[in-house]
Amino acid sequence: MQKIGVFICWCGSNIAATVDVKKVAEAALREPGVVFSADYQYMCSESGQRLMKDTIKEKGLTGVVVCSCSPRMHEATFRKAAESCGLNPYMVEIANIREHCSWIHKDIEEATEKAVILMRAAVAKVNLNQSLTAGKSDVVKRALVIGGGIAGIQTALDIAEAGYEVDIVEKKPTIGGKMAELDKTFPTLDCSACILTPKMVDAAAHEKIKIYAYSEVEKVSGFVGNFTATIRKKARYVNENLCTGCGLCTEKCPSRKAPNEFNEGLNTRSAIYIPFAQAVPKLAVIDPAACIHFKTGKCGLCEKTCDAKAIDYNQKDELIERRYGAIVVATGFNVIKLDNFEEYGYAANPDVITSLELERLMNAAGPTGGTLLRPSDKTHPKKIVFVQCVGSRGQRPCDKPYCSKICCMYTAKHSMLIREKYPDTEVYVFYIDVRTPGKNFEEFYRRAVEQYGVHYIKGQVGKVAENEGKLRVYGSDLLLNEQVVIDADLVVLAAAIEPDESAKKIATMLTTSIDTNNFLTEAHPKLRPVESATAGIFLSGVCQGPKDIPETVAQASAAAVKVVGLLAKDQITCNPCVARSDELLCNGCSACEKVCPYGAISYMDKEVNDHGKREVRRLAYVNEAVCQGCGACTVACPSGAMDLKGFTNKQIMAEVDAICR
Amino acid sequence: MTDLQKQIENIKRISGANPEKCMRCGKCTAACPNYSEMEYHPHQFVYFIENGQLDRLLKSDSAFRCMTCFACVERCPRDVKPAKLIEAVRLTLIRRKDSNYLKPDEIPQKIDEDLPQQAIVSAFRKYTK
Repeated sequence: MQKIGVFICWCGSNIAATVDVKKVAEAALREPGVVFSADYQYMCSESGQRLMKDTIKEKGLTGVVVCSCSPRMHEATFRKAAESCGLNPYMVEIANIREHCSWIHKDIEEATEKAVILMRAAVAKVNLNQSLTAGKSDVVKRALVIGGGIAGIQTALDIAEAGYEVDIVEKKPTIGGKMAELDKTFPTLDCSACILTPKMVDAAAHEKIKIYAYSEVEKVSGFVGNFTATIRKKARYVNENLCTGCGLCTEKCPSRKAPNEFNEGLNTRSAIYIPFAQAVPKLAVIDPAACIHFKTGKCGLCEKTCDAKAIDYNQKDELIERRYGAIVVATGFNVIKLDNFEEYGYAANPDVITSLELERLMNAAGPTGGTLLRPSDKTHPKKIVFVQCVGSRGQRPCDKPYCSKICCMYTAKHSMLIREKYPDTEVYVFYIDVRTPGKNFEEFYRRAVEQYGVHYIKGQVGKVAENEGKLRVYGSDLLLNEQVVIDADLVVLAAAIEPDESAKKIATMLTTSIDTNNFLTEAHPKLRPVESATAGIFLSGVCQGPKDIPETVAQASAAAVKVVGLLAKDQITCNPCVARSDELLCNGCSACEKVCPYGAISYMDKEVNDHGKREVRRLAYVNEAVCQGCGACTVACPSGAMDLKGFTNKQIMAEVDAICR
Repeated sequence: MTDLQKQIENIKRISGANPEKCMRCGKCTAACPNYSEMEYHPHQFVYFIENGQLDRLLKSDSAFRCMTCFACVERCPRDVKPAKLIEAVRLTLIRRKDSNYLKPDEIPQKIDEDLPQQAIVSAFRKYTK
């Protein structure tokens, strides 16, 4: 028989205001096995824990139930306290009477009754608890970073600097991501490429970093400390060991009509191309959809031009398998498609552009060599209208409900840069709110208004229509309470950003969760912002939520620290609550093996002694290091042989019985 | 509940719209093709109803100036449905006792030869109880 102590926490007034804790303590004493019960103001406090420890020693408790907040909060605290005075930590159970009870009920009587029931279930479980010992598993001292934008690069650099190997997997032919496309960065107006490219070069040159560009993660298996990833290295049709990145082939290539991704499709590129001058790795890549050789079997000009003999039309995708201790997701974002926003006429008018396209139009390496020209007739725009919150903060199916966070600041930057370079240009910004929470951000925005004379108009644009070569913009000025009409030369839309489409696939692959907007979910919004809910998976950059460059870099470094903290351990403690098969009940049917999402179950032939009868049987065997304790096998097992330690079928049934009693 | 509150609740009920969802972007007014004809504009209908200033809307003829083209409903990023609120204000006005805007006797003098008959019938439906 167990000797169980029950401790009821007030949690200040969080629990005690809705639950009669004294009554719960009294009821506890009537439960089988309970030898002690007490209520206390804050069980998690130093003195609360002391009360628990002293009681364990004095009464010789073999089990403890703490009725308090969610086990996510303090289960570890109480288990550690129990362990410190010699009680097996898995003999401690939490009855959640805060989140599951006091916070959601108003009536004291009802809440108290429910708290008693929850306590009763926990006591029933502890009566059947057994001491468990956690195993250890080795940590592979290498990290995988998925995505090679500024987030991925920064995370990789920091991990590598700490002395651990890192692989960056980037699906595009070069690392650099969106930041490589930007012209200047707020609030300091320094050149984006000038601060990014040294980091790209550092990453490429670092002996601990390996870059798999033009590659995608195809499969991930394993668990924290021991993941195995399959990486598909897509065929470049160029031998990367031979290519020197001279670019001769790109000049000779006769197929020049493919949209240039790096310039947001504002100009075209050749079929064999190098994304941009500072690309890392600086290697040519053939786009088979545009290449004449791949379409007709003819041409072959690039092969003839290449002195290094690097062109290889027969190259195939390559599959690489690597093991990792930790994985960082840094898959970044894209600008939303604007096809459904007919009111702004983005699809109909070439002079209605997105802010990212404007970045390219103002960039010296862009399609216009840095001179701001209208896409339609290549003239200087004299009147420019910026529209904020396009697709952000809305509730229509085409809208995103969240604030994209970066648009207010980059629009202030764009308007300022334009007024600086072309003072004869009038700039109007239609805004709903100007949001500038960040160091030196508000000052930056005020500079655009006060120093550069940018016209900020409080209101949204309702319609943009082509009118005699101009764009007629209908907006509202809510402070004047007027509808305003502006004939503009160029309209720039601050389009919402959304997670890259790969995020959803990768989240599924890594068994980590995403929210309704496909952003990856952090383990705790305040206290664990760079960890995912899945152990060993970390988040870096916009894949977790909209953020600007300074914030992304900060989060990227934070994720790196978490990875380093994991890789620094030689071994990690496993979860002892794993599945176990009862040899005498198992009939070797394979049902558990089929449902196991982690591949933790295998079969072996073993001699068993079944009530004096010796025979060799095919039996399920659980690899405890791989098992995550999800319990799928216990449900699938037809003979009831599978059981989850710490959550055995008997324990669960005892809890149900206690609740229904 | 005061009469005013009752009327406002009624407007919300008939329109099925929720003015509290408005984030004050003004896109409805920006999109309004009949802006110059209206004393109060779509965003003001939303704001006044939200803030209990219905009487200002009831005193104005703006509700009848709205062409119910639904541009504001179409454009509104928050699904506030300004035109439906305006329609509800119009119904509130029409349903007041003894305040028909159109009486059958007045129709003959008002008829324009070029006016399609369907428009007359629809106006009669719209402006009487």
